[in-house]
Amino acid sequence: MSAWLRQHRQALASALARFRKMTSLLSALVIGVALSLPAGGYALLAGLRDMATRIAPEPQVSIFLSREAPPAQRDAAGAALRADRRVADVRFVPREQALKELAEVQGMGEVIEALGSNPLPDAYLVQLKEPVLEAFMAEARKLPGVAHVQADTQWAARLAALAAIGRLAVWMLAAVLGAGLVAVTFNTIGLQVLTQREEIEVLQLIGATDAYIHRPFYYLGMLQGLAGGLVALIIVWAGLALLNAEVSGLAASYGSGFRFAFLSAGDAAAIAGFAALIGWLGAYLSVRRRLAEGEPTTAARH
Amino acid sequence: MVSFSSVGKRYPGGLTALQEVTFTVEPGELVFVTGRSGAGKSTLLKLIPAIERPTSGTVIVGGQNVGALKRSALPYLRRNIGLVFQDQKLLYDRSVYDNVALPLAFSGHAPKEAARRARAALDKVGLLGRERANPIQLSGGEQQRLAIARAVVNRPSVLIADEPTANLDAESALRIADIFIAFHQVGVTVLIATHDRALVERFGRRVLNVEAGRVMEAPRAAQAGR
Repeated sequence: MSAWLRQHRQALASALARFRKMTSLLSALVIGVALSLPAGGYALLAGLRDMATRIAPEPQVSIFLSREAPPAQRDAAGAALRADRRVADVRFVPREQALKELAEVQGMGEVIEALGSNPLPDAYLVQLKEPVLEAFMAEARKLPGVAHVQADTQWAARLAALAAIGRLAVWMLAAVLGAGLVAVTFNTIGLQVLTQREEIEVLQLIGATDAYIHRPFYYLGMLQGLAGGLVALIIVWAGLALLNAEVSGLAASYGSGFRFAFLSAGDAAAIAGFAALIGWLGAYLSVRRRLAEGEPTTAARH
Repeated sequence: MVSFSSVGKRYPGGLTALQEVTFTVEPGELVFVTGRSGAGKSTLLKLIPAIERPTSGTVIVGGQNVGALKRSALPYLRRNIGLVFQDQKLLYDRSVYDNVALPLAFSGHAPKEAARRARAALDKVGLLGRERANPIQLSGGEQQRLAIARAVVNRPSVLIADEPTANLDAESALRIADIFIAFHQVGVTVLIATHDRALVERFGRRVLNVEAGRVMEAPRAAQAGR
């Protein structure tokens, strides 16, 4: 093993030994609790986005045909839609199938029975490739046999706008808390430096380089951050588990199996890495401030 | 090996610790630096490993102008200078062995070689067998010997001791002095600051007397029994 690697191993071992002290563990807890807010917000937004995507994955237009439209007009409208380059997919929904699907929605079966006859028209469900909703709808209204064109995407657009605001809020929260957590690590590492002032002085006197002296503090900051990140992930996981217990019941009442998913492995790793980076940055700033320009303090006597 | 040329040292606040100090210590020489408390002995010794920087003149150690060295170069200078302090500066949360092996941790020695050197250094000062003890369990003289072992473990060419026997009884002081003599006899340049005139006279070596910040070459004391 090279001397450089050996020194890093020693620094890590030294940092681990210091990390077991209560102040470091409490700092990791503070980091974890604070980071769980943006991390939890991120997980909730990801869940809402997933839900919105499931309900309205792409811009979708419902084209209802006139009940009096003959089959030839119906087929001509379908052919025109399939030939349109802006269209990704066209699905014909006969009025009987539409009624059947409606009846499956909880509470609607009795209403439909009360009607006696099928009030629904034949329809085409059109998925668009691109957001050209208004222009497409205007042209669709002119197709033969078309009675009504509807795009139920306004609510999805609003949800998307809210999600964008939510995402921005989460990032702002992460930035503000991140700065606060840098300050927390700065102070914790600063206290460690003061606690080990005598050892640092001895190391300087016997020829240790700044890198050798600073390294254990950098590792300590990273360990605190990483542990804080893991605490945040545990809090988010526990919070989602509690939330899902309620959400799954609500979703089941709408015939849905929706649950908030835990963060992906990549997102979890990114949060842990971000926390470790915050810890390192706090340690770096603290050590630079307290040690970088310091010389041994043996000048008491002359 | 060590050369002072018109060296002055003024501390912030205006205290002049040294002025116009000029002397040379040849390689392998043993020199006592004497003088009353506050005369400037410690400041003089601190200029050698650049713990303090001169405000005027030049301090040359091993061909290097240490006053002009960059901060990043100081560790490499200090690895070639063994330092022993009156208060030992040991780490009391580590064992005797760990204290001695500390300078080897960052000087690139493989673990086996580091262990061999640490044990050899402890052997030279008579502490082999006490590796696992905590320094707090050692007597004052033993702690000072441990500090010497740590100072020499990297095989420095210069050994500097600031009042190494000040808090010791006569027998322990003599033993410490014997250890310094032993290192001097194998070619290490040794500078010892002390106000113990009896110790200086006992060994009859070169003496630099510091008085009010000025250094004067004192006549060699007659060697008594050595």
